[in-house]
Amino acid sequence: MHILPYLVAAYVFVTGCYGLATSRNLIHAVGCLAVCQSATYVLLLAVGYRDGATAPVFSDIAPGSRPVVDPVVQALTLTDIVVGATVTALLLALVLQIAKRHGTVDPDELRELRG
Amino acid sequence: MNRLRLWLLAVGGAGLAALLVAACLDLPGFGGRRHPYGDRAVQASLARHTANTISSVNFDQRAYDTLGEMSILFAAVLGCVVLLRQARDEHRDRPEPAEVARPVRRYALLVLPVALVTGLYVVAHGQLSPGGGFQGGVVAATALHLLYLGADYGALERVRPLGVYETSDAVAVCAYLVLGLASVLAGTAFLANTLLPYGTFNTLSSGGTVPLLNAAIGMEVASAVVVLLAHFLDQAVEIEEEQGS
Repeated sequence: MHILPYLVAAYVFVTGCYGLATSRNLIHAVGCLAVCQSATYVLLLAVGYRDGATAPVFSDIAPGSRPVVDPVVQALTLTDIVVGATVTALLLALVLQIAKRHGTVDPDELRELRG
Repeated sequence: MNRLRLWLLAVGGAGLAALLVAACLDLPGFGGRRHPYGDRAVQASLARHTANTISSVNFDQRAYDTLGEMSILFAAVLGCVVLLRQARDEHRDRPEPAEVARPVRRYALLVLPVALVTGLYVVAHGQLSPGGGFQGGVVAATALHLLYLGADYGALERVRPLGVYETSDAVAVCAYLVLGLASVLAGTAFLANTLLPYGTFNTLSSGGTVPLLNAAIGMEVASAVVVLLAHFLDQAVEIEEEQGS
């Protein structure tokens, strides 16, 4: 019984937050958001792990012959990845428009609103 | 100003880190034996003859959530299409044919059909082996883009009529909804997996509606990725800003 994987998730999340807050480039910021999100993958998979267990797929193991890890959190992780990818795509599209309209991707230089 | 911001970040970050560590200490230990939801999900999946429990969770037990997830994907693609459209002060340049190194061309054209079939295989076997609509759809969609690496952008555009993919994205979303409504018409709950026989365990046709929903998702994800990448690539390759605007 140890909690190292949970701490790894927390570390990855805080690292991503630090990157987001100090970012000087919006594309870099989107990358940092992806890092934050990958912390949730680590956390979910760590919560679902069971010692000595295998993947919850019964095409090549007989049901009940071996313990399997929690499939619910794995499905949640899949959802998480899909949502993360779509959010990244949408944010990158926004960054592209910002770069075109304002000529910069530095968040500190985006002070005034422009039509 | 910047120093103040860094200090604020340090204080907030330290507080957040402390709270996260405190939360970790209270979580059930890593690798523990007690997974009540997991055990029940495995039971339910086996009862409905679905060998891949994760597919069963996604397309049977939590099919309604997958509908939401799919809507997020659809809305995000729609948002990207709107954001990345050609603006009034821009024009389209025809992409110039590009030179491709022969080994790259040969390898890309060799791998393309293999990758495409692998993607379709992963979609079709979603209820049996690891994978499913989301994963297989991405593989199949990226396979098409090997043509961009192996030939050039013009070749990719010829095999990728964008309207067809946009339509098939919408059709796949509708197919998912119609499958859900079909179970309502059959007298059960929306998206309940009671419409079709569960079939023989560990065969392609097992799992009731799971393979069908899986296929709908696979089609949606593949078209969504193609449409998304097309708009990003258009921005990079074709759309140019007018000079002097």
